[in-house]
Amino acid sequence: MKYLLQRIAFYLFTAWAAITLNFFIPRMVPGDPVQALITKYQGQLSSQAIDSLYVLFGLDKDKSVWEEYVDYWSQLLHGDLGLSFTFFPTPVSEIISTSLPWTLLLVGITTIISFFLGTGLGVLAGWRRGSWADGLLPVTTFLSSVPYFWLGIIAIYLLTGPDSFFPSSGGFDNGLVPAWDQYFIPNALKHSLLPALTILISSVSGWILSMRNMMVTVASEDYITVAHAKGLSDRRVAMSYAARNALLPNVSGFALSLGFIVGGTLLVEIVFSYPGIGFQLFQALGAQDYPLMQGVFLIITISVLVANLIADVAYLLLDPRTRKEG
Amino acid sequence: MSKPVLEIRNLNVEYGLGDQAVRAVRDVNLTLHRGEVLGLAGESGSGKSTLAYGMTRLLPPPGVITGGQVLYHPEQGEAYDVLGLSDRDLRAFRWAETAIVFQGAMNSLNPVHKISTQLTDVLRAHRPEMSEAACNDRAREMLKLVGIAADRMDAYPHQLSGGMRQRVMIGMALILQPQVVIMDEPTTALDVVMQRQILSQLIELRERLGFSVVFITHDLSLLVEFSNRIAIMYGGRIVEEAPAAAIYRDSLHPYSKGLLGSFPALRGPRRELTGIPGSPPDLKGMPSGCSFHPRCPKAFDPCSGNIPVLGRPDTPDGPTRSVACWLHPTEQPVG
Repeated sequence: MKYLLQRIAFYLFTAWAAITLNFFIPRMVPGDPVQALITKYQGQLSSQAIDSLYVLFGLDKDKSVWEEYVDYWSQLLHGDLGLSFTFFPTPVSEIISTSLPWTLLLVGITTIISFFLGTGLGVLAGWRRGSWADGLLPVTTFLSSVPYFWLGIIAIYLLTGPDSFFPSSGGFDNGLVPAWDQYFIPNALKHSLLPALTILISSVSGWILSMRNMMVTVASEDYITVAHAKGLSDRRVAMSYAARNALLPNVSGFALSLGFIVGGTLLVEIVFSYPGIGFQLFQALGAQDYPLMQGVFLIITISVLVANLIADVAYLLLDPRTRKEG
Repeated sequence: MSKPVLEIRNLNVEYGLGDQAVRAVRDVNLTLHRGEVLGLAGESGSGKSTLAYGMTRLLPPPGVITGGQVLYHPEQGEAYDVLGLSDRDLRAFRWAETAIVFQGAMNSLNPVHKISTQLTDVLRAHRPEMSEAACNDRAREMLKLVGIAADRMDAYPHQLSGGMRQRVMIGMALILQPQVVIMDEPTTALDVVMQRQILSQLIELRERLGFSVVFITHDLSLLVEFSNRIAIMYGGRIVEEAPAAAIYRDSLHPYSKGLLGSFPALRGPRRELTGIPGSPPDLKGMPSGCSFHPRCPKAFDPCSGNIPVLGRPDTPDGPTRSVACWLHPTEQPVG
């Protein structure tokens, strides 16, 4: 328990450091957002409007950096991430909350399927070396070495087209309104199939490979021989002794990959123009939309930290050796 | 002599296949009698552990049993060949009839499961009719038997000392009351005090429960003290087998003499420690004839030509022992 509290304190500190960096970095880049807006409206802004824009973006010239920093925190704690430039005057938090579910559903579900499928196949391949599952390995290794955005481009090139079942871009058809109804859900599912398959194919082999190798390592441990000598069934030895122990590194890998759900598949979202958070970040970069970038970075940072915490907790639960006494 | 419980006949074990194969165990004949402690000694690489793994069919790949029989005589019923059992029968045979205590006391327990889980899963596999409570009671009883407090049931292996872990393993080995317990260097990783404690405890348990022990070690001095009979292995073969006292007092094979000369006696006249010159043979390129002859101080003409056969020597106690050495022409081969 004490260990867990220590970890939580550590992550709180890291989060503070990340948010502080997030505050300072845009202030150190040349140019400021108001200048960008002035250019956008081609000088049609009064000087009064310009001043109030500075205040709005937290760049009040009458305030010290420290005061700005305090303001930044209080806004953050109220869930206020500022206003986006590209979609001015929509708040960043609103943009993020509409695009985050797309990413979470697409990449989240795919990551989970990929982990369970890959780990399962890895157990099989490691336990029955030389079987068909083991024969899959070279294929999956090849697929994992292919960058997934390239795989996505190939998929779009080969599988989409005017008459194809698969749509080539977007999260749903233009004519539809996002809602939980019988028109929208199947359409969204259809749009997510190709990006999901692309991520799945390129990520599953990593799980297979690492699980298979851990299985092979664990299978030569003494306690596996003991388990066989005890006359336990092959299944029980494979699951409760070999896979149970081989799983440990994979579980922490899984928790970490959960953290990269939000930021890790930027390129797939770009390739498929998928309305997720990565695509949003891509657009923000192109438009020099600092508040949106900051907001997305913040979400990515927090999700990585939360994933790390989950990894720690999972390890505590799964490996008694990491639990401290007393 | 009492009835045999385990008979090994012409057992051959190889690692690898074809021309590259290494013959680790060659034509071994060995009989374990009911209630005795049979010591198996030899240098590293002499094949003693391979023999133990071979007779329980636990050889890690690429180990292959290329020939022979391992006859098991159950308390009631006909003897059967362990090597011919189906997978299902083999699983039922393991631990219930022959339990093993392994070399690595530290690594024999799965680090992520509680002691209780690892003790009771044997019962669950072999006695599915036993209730949860009965399994736990039995596990607690076994821990008590080996001198570990029952409240350690819920401990994880890393919370126990090396000695305690090996006791848990011994308790686990006895949980189904097997006829045979094979101990493969059970105390190598422990200090001498713990070693003695555990072995005395084991011998005491053996007298109470009446199982037979195959005790594998490179420490011949331990065997002289704790075993009834000793078999000495060299280069995958058994070169001498005799009652413990006979080996200690007058071993016939020069290799046994060499092993005995490698440790000091506590009592008796002072003598020079000699050791054995040279190093164990390469199992891939064994010397011709007796594999020990390049290192043997008493080697003579026939030694390099032909392999001596394990048989009864023409000494007064000949019928109780056997040796494979040209110095002691044997009358009848054993096995």
